[in-house]
Amino acid sequence: MKLTLEEVQHIAELARLQLTPEEMTRYAEQLSEILDYAARLQSIDTSGISPTDRVIDAGNVLREDIPLPGLDKQQLLENAPDTEKGQFKVPPILE
Amino acid sequence: MNETVDLSPGELLSGLRAGNFSSREVTSEYLQRIEDLDPGLHAFLHVNPKISLKQADEADLILQAWRLDPSQDLPPLTGLPLAVKDVLCVKGMPCTSGSKILENYIPPFDATAVKRLKQAGVVILGKTNTDEFAMGSSTENSAYGPTRNPWDLERVPGGSSGGSAAAVSARLAPAALGTDTGGSVRQPASFCGVTGIKPTYGRVSRYGLVAYGSSLDVVGVLGISAKDILPIFRIMAGNDSLDATSIGLPVPEIKLTDDAPDLSGLRIGIPEEYFIAGIQPEVQQKVLEAVDMFAELGAAVKQVSLPHTEQALPVYYLIAPAEASANLARFDGIRYGPRIAAEEMWDIFRHTRGRKFGPEVKQRIMLGTYALSAGYYEAFYGQAQKVRTLIKSDFDLAFQNVDLIAAPVAPSTAFRIGEHGDDPLSMYLEDIFTLPANLAGVPGMSFPVGFDKQGLPVGMQLMCAHFQEALLFKAAHAYQKITAWHTQRPQL
Repeated sequence: MKLTLEEVQHIAELARLQLTPEEMTRYAEQLSEILDYAARLQSIDTSGISPTDRVIDAGNVLREDIPLPGLDKQQLLENAPDTEKGQFKVPPILE
Repeated sequence: MNETVDLSPGELLSGLRAGNFSSREVTSEYLQRIEDLDPGLHAFLHVNPKISLKQADEADLILQAWRLDPSQDLPPLTGLPLAVKDVLCVKGMPCTSGSKILENYIPPFDATAVKRLKQAGVVILGKTNTDEFAMGSSTENSAYGPTRNPWDLERVPGGSSGGSAAAVSARLAPAALGTDTGGSVRQPASFCGVTGIKPTYGRVSRYGLVAYGSSLDVVGVLGISAKDILPIFRIMAGNDSLDATSIGLPVPEIKLTDDAPDLSGLRIGIPEEYFIAGIQPEVQQKVLEAVDMFAELGAAVKQVSLPHTEQALPVYYLIAPAEASANLARFDGIRYGPRIAAEEMWDIFRHTRGRKFGPEVKQRIMLGTYALSAGYYEAFYGQAQKVRTLIKSDFDLAFQNVDLIAAPVAPSTAFRIGEHGDDPLSMYLEDIFTLPANLAGVPGMSFPVGFDKQGLPVGMQLMCAHFQEALLFKAAHAYQKITAWHTQRPQL
């Protein structure tokens, strides 16, 4: 199976990745090769087999909802590239 | 002072308690060794002597107080230096995960594994190099440059915990934390001639571990011997309310004695699917010689079959990237890491992620996004999750007849830097023997069993049923009592 550049562009868009034209060409080739390899799984008979969502079934894990102090707001903001008045700053989303 | 870097963690802890040397002296000696040798190895991404020595001084005060009044409780690892893979958060130290997208990120909290070890008294020496977001088998995918194998500087240390394996091998740390999603503790341990454990999935909390494949990721530890890493494993292990997949079972008492080793009653299985054409002949030979030693120690050796082994590679390279594509969605240039400025928010996401993620990470995000996308989900991700069930059933069935499974860790010894070039599939093939344990969630331990003709370490792995780590420690310790492979040191 050979991915087209349009398909690669579509995947990159879903993944929110801006790719250069060289990257697009390279990923089209490499992803096609890997997906070809992975397609061999489709020949395995899995009728009646359930998917493994978790390797160890711990059941539902429940706990009391007890409020505890969270992380320090100032410390968290120190890692952000842009902040204002104690908040993360982003460009306007709505006109 | 004697060279404390020649001492094991157990000997260091005894010496610290006896007051033969201080934690400041031990820590300083390791920091000096890192300063002298790490420029040639690049095992560490961050070292902060000020923080490490402050922790050492605190440990020394606790040790002094304890010596005055030994009836007090002394945290079991007080004063022991430890290196930490750079995908685990250590409060106040950078955590880049080997990626430019987390450049300058300083977590304001400790990972649970780190927190428990700090409470037990360890001194953090620094953060070790890793393939970006632990995606790789050679540490070449680190955005900060590769780590070199202490046994041959032209070769890779394995990966993704290559920095931790190289650090332990070169005695830049007495032990180091790693993580294993598809072999990332066991394979570098093998390439660098050290011992490493990948615990059962869920045995150690993943809180504070930068997530790659959440149904596969496990925190482990590397050291010179099974005995050396045992106390570190035991302290990290156990239920944590901050990770709902961490398991509530008690951590077993594991006693490793100095008595003559005896493994009678233990059944070891040899899976035919792990001894295949294409494997380096010396690797197969050394592993089978080690199996003979286990038989001499009294273990019963029999053939077993894990018929879906070959499917582990395609299954893993759909499931892990699928999980990664979701986990890495959080890196968007808003809350941490650098931002590529743009007028539109979507462009901030696209440009920051496009420029700050490395090529392999982008490849896996794309692969995972594709495998989960509408129209392909059932054929790729869904089918992989079903074949994963078959792989897990193979292990369940095998462990009805044997206690341990013995196998090579990787098809060859350490390969050359750049050898796999721009061919991801050939690099992925390096993982064929380590992936199945992650897909089945079973624990595994890798340890050295000899050297090839080029003088490179050969490792083998033992795997066992969920939560039976005690068997791995018992068997590896017995082997290490009667062999000296693990004590060999690279010339640096």
